[in-house]
Amino acid sequence: MGKYLLRRLAINAILVVIAASLAYVLAASTMNPRAAYQARQPPIAESVIDATLDAYNLNDKTPVIVRYGTWAKSVITGDFGKTWNGGSVNDEMGRRIFVSLRLLLIGTLAGFVIGVAFGAFSAVRQYKLSDRLIGVSSFVIMALPVFLLATLLAMATYNLNDALGFTLIEYTGEYNPKLAGWDQFVNRLNHLILPTISLSLGSIAFYSRIQRNMMLDVLGQDFVRTAMAKGLRRRTALTKHALRTALIPSATYFAFAFGTMFTGAIFTEKIFAWHGMGAWLVDAINANDVNSVAAVTFFTAVCVLFAAFLSDLLVAALDPRVRVS
Amino acid sequence: MRSKVVLRRLFRNKQARYGTVALILLILLAYIGPYIGPYDWTDKDFLAFMSAPDGDHWWGTGAIGQDMYAVTLRGMQKSIIIGLLVALIATGLAAVVGAFAGYFGGWVDKVLMWGVDLLLVLPSFLIIAIISPRLKGGTWLWFVVLLAAFTWMITSRVVRSMTLSLREREYVLAAVYMGIPRWKIIFRHVVPNLSSLLIIDATLNVSGAIIGEAALSFFGFGIQPPDVSLGTLIAEGSRNATGYPWLFAFPAGLLVLLVLSINLIGDGLRDALDPGSNS
Repeated sequence: MGKYLLRRLAINAILVVIAASLAYVLAASTMNPRAAYQARQPPIAESVIDATLDAYNLNDKTPVIVRYGTWAKSVITGDFGKTWNGGSVNDEMGRRIFVSLRLLLIGTLAGFVIGVAFGAFSAVRQYKLSDRLIGVSSFVIMALPVFLLATLLAMATYNLNDALGFTLIEYTGEYNPKLAGWDQFVNRLNHLILPTISLSLGSIAFYSRIQRNMMLDVLGQDFVRTAMAKGLRRRTALTKHALRTALIPSATYFAFAFGTMFTGAIFTEKIFAWHGMGAWLVDAINANDVNSVAAVTFFTAVCVLFAAFLSDLLVAALDPRVRVS
Repeated sequence: MRSKVVLRRLFRNKQARYGTVALILLILLAYIGPYIGPYDWTDKDFLAFMSAPDGDHWWGTGAIGQDMYAVTLRGMQKSIIIGLLVALIATGLAAVVGAFAGYFGGWVDKVLMWGVDLLLVLPSFLIIAIISPRLKGGTWLWFVVLLAAFTWMITSRVVRSMTLSLREREYVLAAVYMGIPRWKIIFRHVVPNLSSLLIIDATLNVSGAIIGEAALSFFGFGIQPPDVSLGTLIAEGSRNATGYPWLFAFPAGLLVLLVLSINLIGDGLRDALDPGSNS
C-alpha cells in the first residue's frame, strides 16, 4: 500500500508540474501585460515600462523560455512571482483562498447533506407524490446553469428589496466594512445566503438523483430485509443498514467536489462579487496577469489530484470489497 | 430490430416523449422561426431602442435596435450547432482513444491514459478562456474544437474499461485469428458494441456543450461579436435584466428548455438502451 501511494504521489507531482508549466507558457506567450502600461495617460517612456516589466518577470521582449526559467526557479522556492502591477501573488492567493473557503464550505456541505437526505427520502417513498416532486424539480434545476440561477436569484432579491424599501437580503459582496463585532457577523451571514443557495441547489439536485438510484438498489437487497426481519425498527434498518451502504457513490463524488471546491465557484463568485479564487481566474485573464494565471492553475491542479486521491481513500474506507482487493 | 425495440421503449417513457416533442418544436422554432418573423437578425431598428415586446417586435428590441426575436433564434441556431458538433467530436474521440487504449494495452494504454489524466488536471476553463478570444481571425469552429477537447476524457476511461472485457470475447478473438488488422477489429467489433454507452454519452454531451458554451460566452470568452449565441445574449441581457426583462427572459428561457428537453431524452435513452443500469 505504501509503495502504491508513493508511486501515485510521484505521478501526481509530475502532472502538477506539467499542468502549471503548460499554463504558464500558454499565458506568457499569448497575454500582453504591456498593454496596461501603454494605455496610461500621460504615456510612460518605453524604457520605464521595460524596466518595470523586467522587475516583475513579465517583459514580452524576453524570450518565453527565459521567463519560464526565472518563474520556475522562484516557484521552487515557494514564490509565485508578482501580479501585473507588482503585488505579490502569494499574498493575493493566501487572502483569496480564505475568501473562497468562507463562501464555499457551507454551500458544499449543505448541498451534500440535503441532497443525500432528499435522495434517500424519495427512494423510500418511491412513486409517491414527494418522490415525483423531488425528481421533477431536480431535473429542472439541473437544466439551469449556475450563472443563470445566480442571476435569477440576484434579480429576485433586487426586486424584493426594492419592494420592501430596505435591504432584507444582500446580493453583492462579502461584508459591509462599516459594521463591527456582532453586527458584522450577522451581515456576513446575510451576504452568504444567496451564494450558498446558488451553489448548493445544483448539488442538491445532483446528489439526490444519485442517492435515490443507489438507495433503490440497496432497498431491494437481502441484508435490508434481514435487518427488518430480525426486528429492527424501520427507521434504524433504513439509516444504519441501507443508507450507509448506498452512500458510497455520493461520498466519492463529494470527496471530489470537496477537493475541487476552491475553484469550482467561478460564476457564483463573479456574480455575487466575492473576490475568491474562482473570480481571480477571470480577473487575471482579463488583466493579462500571467503569474496569477499560472498560480491559479497550479493550485487547481493540486486540488484536483488531491480530490481524486481523497475519493479513492474514501471508497477504500467505506467499501470493504475495495480494501480486500 | 434492436433499434426498433429501443425506439419503442424510448417512446413508452413519458419523460422521453415530452423531451422529444419539446426538442423538435425548439429546433423548428430555431430554423423556421426566422422566416416567419418580420425582421432579419442583422436588421437594426433605429426608431426602437430597448422597446418592450409588441406587435412589431415580438420579443422587444435590444440596445442598438436589434429585433430580439430574430437575434435570439439566430443565437439558438448557433447553440444547437455547437452542442451537436461538440458532442460528435467529443464522443468520437472518447470512443477511439478509450478503445485503442483498452484494446492495445501496454505502452499505448499508458501513454493515452496519461494524456487523459493530464487533460483532466489542466483547468479547461482557463485554457479555453485564454485561447478563444485570441482566435478572432479564426471561425467559431475553433471554439467547438476547444470545447470538445475538454469534454471527452471521463467517457474515454469508461470506454477503456469496457473494452478490456470486450477484448476477451469470442467474436473478437475469432476476428484476431482470422488475421484482421487490429485497428479494423476496434472499429468493426469493439466500438459498435459500445454503442449504447456512446449514444447516451453523446446525447448528454449535447446539453453539456450548450451549457458550456453559454457559460464561457457569459464572460466573453466564447462566441465573439458580431456573432451571437444564447450565452452572449444572456450575458448582455443579464446586465439590464431588472429594467428590461425581455432581453434576459427569452434567451434564458430557451436555453433552459433546450437543455431540459435534451436531458429528458438522454435519460429516457439510458433507460431504453441499458435497462439494467441505474446511474
